[in-house]
Amino acid sequence: MDEALIGRTLTGLTLSFHIIFATIGVGVPIIFMVLEFLGIKKQDAHYLTMARRIAKGYTVTVAVGVVTGTIIGLQLSLIWPDFMRLGGQIIALPLFMETFAFFFEAIFLGIYLYTWDRFKNQFNHWLLTIPIVIGSTLSAVFITTVNSFMNTPAGFDFVDGEFLNIDPVAAMLNPSTWVRVFHVVVTAYMTIAFLMATISAVKLLRVKFVEDKEYHKKGLKVMMSIGVITALLTLLAGDFSAKFLHEEQPEKLAAFEWHFETEDRADLVLFGILDEETQEVKYELRIPWVLSILAGNSVDTEVTGLNDIPEDERPPLIIHYFFDLMVFFGTYALGVSIVYFLAKLTKKWTKINEHHPILLYLYALTGPLSFLAIEAGWFLAEMGRQPWIVRGYMRVSDAVTQADGLGITLILFAILYAVLGVTCIYVLVKMFKDKSAEEEKISWYGESGIKAEDGSGGRLLP
Amino acid sequence: MTLDYEIIGITVLWSFLYLYVIIASIDFGAGFFNFYSKLTGDDNIISPIISRYLNPVWETTNVFFVFFFVGIVGFYPDTAYYLGTTLLLPGSIALILLSIRGAYYAFNSYNTERKLTWDALYGITGLLIPASLSIALVISEGGYIKETAEGIDLMVDELLFSTYGWSVVFLAIISVLYISSGFLTFYAAKAEDKKATDLTRTWYLIWTLPTLVITQFVFLGLRDHNPVHFENAQNYWYLFGLSLLAMLIAVYLIYRRRNYGTAFVMIMLQYGFAFFGYGISKLPYIVYPYIDISTSIVNENMAFALTIVFALGLLLLIPSIVLLARLFLFDKDYVKGNKKY
Repeated sequence: MDEALIGRTLTGLTLSFHIIFATIGVGVPIIFMVLEFLGIKKQDAHYLTMARRIAKGYTVTVAVGVVTGTIIGLQLSLIWPDFMRLGGQIIALPLFMETFAFFFEAIFLGIYLYTWDRFKNQFNHWLLTIPIVIGSTLSAVFITTVNSFMNTPAGFDFVDGEFLNIDPVAAMLNPSTWVRVFHVVVTAYMTIAFLMATISAVKLLRVKFVEDKEYHKKGLKVMMSIGVITALLTLLAGDFSAKFLHEEQPEKLAAFEWHFETEDRADLVLFGILDEETQEVKYELRIPWVLSILAGNSVDTEVTGLNDIPEDERPPLIIHYFFDLMVFFGTYALGVSIVYFLAKLTKKWTKINEHHPILLYLYALTGPLSFLAIEAGWFLAEMGRQPWIVRGYMRVSDAVTQADGLGITLILFAILYAVLGVTCIYVLVKMFKDKSAEEEKISWYGESGIKAEDGSGGRLLP
Repeated sequence: MTLDYEIIGITVLWSFLYLYVIIASIDFGAGFFNFYSKLTGDDNIISPIISRYLNPVWETTNVFFVFFFVGIVGFYPDTAYYLGTTLLLPGSIALILLSIRGAYYAFNSYNTERKLTWDALYGITGLLIPASLSIALVISEGGYIKETAEGIDLMVDELLFSTYGWSVVFLAIISVLYISSGFLTFYAAKAEDKKATDLTRTWYLIWTLPTLVITQFVFLGLRDHNPVHFENAQNYWYLFGLSLLAMLIAVYLIYRRRNYGTAFVMIMLQYGFAFFGYGISKLPYIVYPYIDISTSIVNENMAFALTIVFALGLLLLIPSIVLLARLFLFDKDYVKGNKKY
């Protein structure tokens, strides 16, 4: 393997592991914000217990998110020193802002987790979720602007191989920023809503504590409501993305779609297998004219084909499969959440209620599939800008470090992620396996269900 | 009026690095003492106190570090190139240790039953992290990086057999134990837990002598390794003198079992004077002799933007940190453990 490939593999490995926890980090605060609000508003200890249990599990994932985030932050300089030397001149600002956002979130998260019962007025505790949500979402926003810059550089003049007249704010607000930030944030919210829906569905399918049924049904309803809204927004974000790619990164769109000839009335290709030599696609599902419509809302939109892109600037064609997976899984989750509400509305007539076991199995798949969609989407985005690290200005092969020892580093990190991943799952499973929600509710909020009676309420730790 | 960005940048970064040294030392040392007390059977005395302090604040510790390295690459992009290239292996090892510690601290705190092996994992890595991170400071003294036509190389054997390098590594480890035992003494006294205070006070007094000895070694090592810097440090002799004075006051107070709060402030001053003395005498170099702050500062627009963001960020951070401290550090009932969470 050559150095650039090892560097790419290691960065890809770190990011694919980190994105799981980063997504949880961005999405979960919204969930406990909504749940705690419902709980206080309705004076229903079920929702409060749910918020608290989720917050408890969240702490463990935050730890892994923090350490992997630290790793990627430093790894950029360790593996791609030339890129960061350039990046320091242009993208330092959003990186710095991200640190502040994260700082802000970390402080309030610490306070939030340890002050459940400190306030007379429960709303004061709920207020703490606001800085947490703001901090975690802004982290995602700022870091996405950095990635957007790498895809569509802006905010400088390029004179004789030098970057001059640098405008940090213009670099942050480059052409792809808005679309990508929107896409990243709503998909994170959506994925976590479905992850929680998966937990509710699985718990309803395999009831260990019968008294928890009510609790999980309530949970499912909240998660499906958040899920359906965010999934619709994601659909919108996907549409924006296609249009911006057509305008700004045509080679990426063409590689997604195995679109070789520049033409109008371009077909949308789903699935299929490609013979790269002859540029022939087999077994595909071809939807006529739709690619043109997606790219510019009209069948007359001319979509650039790969054959008009220089050979050494074409992204790898494998990314089409990631595109298929992402779209398919995202659509699946949207469809299932709509089914949930249809079943709920029509249960009077069809006798199939929204908690029918077959439906529960369908809900249970949404969480894992949404996560796979996130991974596929990032693989797509990142492999789609190959061979560039800063599109049009710096190639990946020129940015990789000269130092020896990349191979061993890759092995060490692979082991580390395996260990952290396994332990994290083990701790989370143990945390919730033998404790029914009802039991925790009583220990936190007493028999009456809302106020702790003996003062032992709200201990986060055993 | 023109702002002098290179000075603003380095002052900000150095201050954050100093804060990280203090906060991380408390954090790492507490983890180690927690493990050590499990071995000696004193854990019922001290572990509750340690976890009461660490639980709400552990997420923030790491941020000081992230802040520093993001900031330094932002203000002085050349550091990414020189230190990034040379530190691939040492840096990766430090990252792996940091990850194990951070993750296992949380795993152990929130697991249904605590495991001794996990206590060991984050207790021991906590001592190795400062050691591995301090290698970056050693390298920045110059003499360990060779620039060739192809790029730059770290002279590993040179580093492995360097007295200066080893003295800095030991200084890092000993400082962690010294600072954290000082802090825990203050925290245990605040909780009015006599047994815990006695235990932590003993630890502190044990570590005072090694701290004095190792700092002398660092000076001697520096004299051999980088005479220019050593000469320069002598111009700031009064800072190091003040540092020693602060240490003597701290040791005296803790020995006499008085004013533990003031004593900990003295420990912070002790490290503050020494750290800034070291930093000022190093200038204008960040990495000797390649990175000089006046020539490697980021372009003017970025420096301006970073400074503005930093000022705005502080407006947000300082009140938040004050709130955090008031809830978990200066709230008597919480510290004593009377407060339900």
